Amino acid sequence: MSDRVTQAQAVMQSLPHAQSLGMIVAEMSAGQATITMPYDPRLIGDPATGVLHGGAISALMDTASGAAVMCHPSAPAATATLDLRIDYMRPATPGQAITARAVCHHVTRTVAFVRVTATDADESRPVAMGTGTFTLERPPA
Amino acid sequence: MTRKPPEPVEVVKSRREAALARLVAGVPYIGFLGARFDRRGDELTAVLPFHPSLIGNPAIPALHGGATAAFLEVAAIIELAWSSQWQDMEEGRIDPAAETFPALPKTITFTVDYLRSGLPRDAYARATVTRRGRRFATVQVEAWQDNRAKPFAQASAHFLMPEP
Repeated sequence: MSDRVTQAQAVMQSLPHAQSLGMIVAEMSAGQATITMPYDPRLIGDPATGVLHGGAISALMDTASGAAVMCHPSAPAATATLDLRIDYMRPATPGQAITARAVCHHVTRTVAFVRVTATDADESRPVAMGTGTFTLERPPA
Repeated sequence: MTRKPPEPVEVVKSRREAALARLVAGVPYIGFLGARFDRRGDELTAVLPFHPSLIGNPAIPALHGGATAAFLEVAAIIELAWSSQWQDMEEGRIDPAAETFPALPKTITFTVDYLRSGLPRDAYARATVTRRGRRFATVQVEAWQDNRAKPFAQASAHFLMPEP
């Protein structure tokens, strides 16, 4: 099990787009993943306020969700996002890293269901929350 | 009664291109993604030229779902802001040399559906404002690659409009 998590962690850390956004896999365990993205001026959506673009936060939440699926105890061979809905509750505070925590709370033979929350330094007030469904490819029997 | 002669085409084009360039330059993240906008009259097509840093799964390889979502969101926001300011821009009420950028709509919810995996090549997106109110707007956006009739992702979003 822990080998699988270590392996999934290495895979997640190697995704080119995740690397280009500066994402760091903070923690992965059975069906759960925490990924952090440092504040970066290139990712700003509104220069007047310095607030990060929603797209960067979506990418982080999508990555964390996929990571949670990959380390689910059902040991999927691969996964891809089917859909992801994100509610943006407040602008992320400029200068602060964003952390996404995803939980793969249910899987069927073919689909995984995920909940994900993004926070900045104030963890009591999430920046965004999302729910997603992911394809689940079972390893060949 | 004399009618005002139509504006020379260069004047019209340069005004519209300047307004669009200013809108796009106002979002640093668009530059990070490497997206740009093609304009035909008031119609915009967002273009995401392929770059290896957009890859999510190197094994397939496929575009990262997050990059796709971000591209759709950028296409939706720019279409909404562009169509909202069109009238003011055409009537010369927007100063292209102003120091501040126009305020952009804020995303409230964003829902993306992945229809097939994004191939390692250029992607295009077009957004439609389904409803524009004083406070809220709803936008639908679709992205495709080689074949316009085969979208690889679509999204629907609600935005909070900037205060006038």
